[in-house]
Amino acid sequence: MARKTQRVVAVTGNEAVAEALRQVNPDVSAAYPITPATDIMQRFTGFVSNGKVKTEMVLVESEHSAMSACVGASAAGGRVMTATSSQGLALMWEELFIASGTRLPIVMALVNRALSAPLNIHGDHSDGMGARDCGWIQLWSENGQEAYDNTIQAFRIAEHMDIRLPAMTCMDGFIISHSIERLEYLDDDVVKNFVGEFKVTNPLLDIEHPVSYGPLILTDYYMEYRKAHAEVMSKVSKIVLDVAGEYEKISGRKYGLFEEYRLDDAEIGLVILNSAAGTSKDVVDEFRNKGIKAGLLKPRLYRPFPYEEIGEALKHLKAVCVMDRADAWGASYGPLFMDIASCLSPYKERPILINKIYGLGGRDYMPEHAEIVLNELAGIAKTGKVLTLKEYIGVRE
Amino acid sequence: MATPLSLKELSKKELLLTGGHRMCSGCGAPTVVKMVLLASEYPLVAANATGCLEVSTCISEYTAWKIPWIHNAFENAAATLSGVETMYRSLKKQGKIDKDIKFIAFGGDGGTYDIGFQSLSGAMERGHDMLYVCYDNGAYMNTGIQRSSATPFGADTTTCPAGSVIPGKPQQRKDLTKIMAAHGIPYVAQASPSHWSDLMKKVKKALDITGPKFMNIISPCNRGWRSGTNDSIHLSRLAVETCYWPLFEIEDGVTRVTVKPKEKKPLTDFLKPQGRFKHLFAPGNEHLLQHAQEFVDKYWEKLLKEEAFTNPKE
Repeated sequence: MARKTQRVVAVTGNEAVAEALRQVNPDVSAAYPITPATDIMQRFTGFVSNGKVKTEMVLVESEHSAMSACVGASAAGGRVMTATSSQGLALMWEELFIASGTRLPIVMALVNRALSAPLNIHGDHSDGMGARDCGWIQLWSENGQEAYDNTIQAFRIAEHMDIRLPAMTCMDGFIISHSIERLEYLDDDVVKNFVGEFKVTNPLLDIEHPVSYGPLILTDYYMEYRKAHAEVMSKVSKIVLDVAGEYEKISGRKYGLFEEYRLDDAEIGLVILNSAAGTSKDVVDEFRNKGIKAGLLKPRLYRPFPYEEIGEALKHLKAVCVMDRADAWGASYGPLFMDIASCLSPYKERPILINKIYGLGGRDYMPEHAEIVLNELAGIAKTGKVLTLKEYIGVRE
Repeated sequence: MATPLSLKELSKKELLLTGGHRMCSGCGAPTVVKMVLLASEYPLVAANATGCLEVSTCISEYTAWKIPWIHNAFENAAATLSGVETMYRSLKKQGKIDKDIKFIAFGGDGGTYDIGFQSLSGAMERGHDMLYVCYDNGAYMNTGIQRSSATPFGADTTTCPAGSVIPGKPQQRKDLTKIMAAHGIPYVAQASPSHWSDLMKKVKKALDITGPKFMNIISPCNRGWRSGTNDSIHLSRLAVETCYWPLFEIEDGVTRVTVKPKEKKPLTDFLKPQGRFKHLFAPGNEHLLQHAQEFVDKYWEKLLKEEAFTNPKE
């Protein structure tokens, strides 16, 4: 299929996600404002008030009720979405498990922000990392374009009949959510056709066929349900790639499970999520210009984590630094580091790994940070010696 | 045509909560639920807060519910049902549903007065077309009789045990029914399974009104109240006759006491048969009984004044 004409726009990340949601046109949305995600729902309720979407809003009194109402609405039998950040996601925590355990394909835009205390409204990945094991699909986005594209694809992935799981799309608070970039929007009808009609399964509103949602299941069958959930998660990667393939046909933009940047012949590399990957790619280019074989891997599908594929992509490197914009206190290393280490553990020959914690609470991540880290990796690749396995960078001593 | 509220006619209707569920023998809650469901002329969808009713009526592969039913968590039956009701409105607007469906949430006093209070308040304020029914047994019975804000003064519970220093719950009950009325919603009522006709009339009226409605229904728990398994209806009647649990409704701001006992019985008639109040009858605790009686008297007098005030004589 030929690529359709796309509108070129200059918009913020939040604006792009709101536009994607308008084009998807869900049946119900329940949401509660929180910085920096507020803007998405402000824009979206503007579409509702002006009849641009068919969506019915539930303007709830908390994020817990937002996700509770999403669960009710999704079980009732229709397409449902919401958006949140940080404390809002933390307040939803109980409901995240209920949404995924009930296999409800809710889509949520998560605008990544630091967690309290101390109170901080700026971007880091503590919120999304805290929710990484709650049975949702997570797609992470480097910029506004990826956030827009991931939002549209998330509906197709979540609602796929082999999956039926909730999905959250992540982008960095303020850095992306509030920055204006050049983006390409698909036409409304193209998005509409791509996401298609919502397929209803066992809707609560079918009064002719009454169903009970949310049973008590004890020692007899609980574990079978959990295993079934794990098995469904294992099917997600393939669906993500299938959906990405279809999306490429309508958009011309190619997506995989992760992005490999100059990684094929790299000797040293960074693994980094979201917006900081953009900054890092520039520095990788500078190192390449200096004749140093640097590369980068940016995960996109973070949950379920494509362990084997990422392991294969990284195994040939000599030294890799995993950059975490969140820490997992008490676990020694950041959350992304632990996943990357797990990916590489099956290989006898594998890169030396180090871990840096950067950018917490919106602390700037600058090209010189990437430069310092890549220089350190070049040294490790040459000598095989590691001075510090894990450290905070860009921080006062 | 609507089924008249006669036992003969009602007995011909299908019970929408089947027998075989695992609620305790003599529990008031399933009786309350059956009455509520039986009163409806509409197709219903129900939400249920975590609690006795929920854990006992839908276990693994079995459900006692013959209507669509959803349990989400403890504190969010109202928020969950507001999502269901909103999807209904969305699909109806789109022409994907044509039936008139009514929505009922059930929660115990823990899930309603306490942990679910915010969710309930929010749903009522937003004006969803739903009836929230609280079956109030006056404590967290599902987790083993811990005090709630609905627990009456002086009651012995596992977290405010009657001891040598503290004689049971030191505080009075939260007046949730009036708090819900203060939301300015079109219909609020208190009911008791002992007065089934009054209860079912109120449910019928509530379901015919569009918008948010709240009913608080007393629901004896013989495990928590330390009473006999055959005492539920008897005790709920005494709650009404002593004016501990007045039967009233507030419709569009007008209060009506629907059942006025011919003779207002002393509160001790309600307290005495319940083991949870046993210590109040020990010598030296007369002042506690007096305190409990005064609270009931004041509430009742205030309610009658409110009725007179909101129903001005022609």
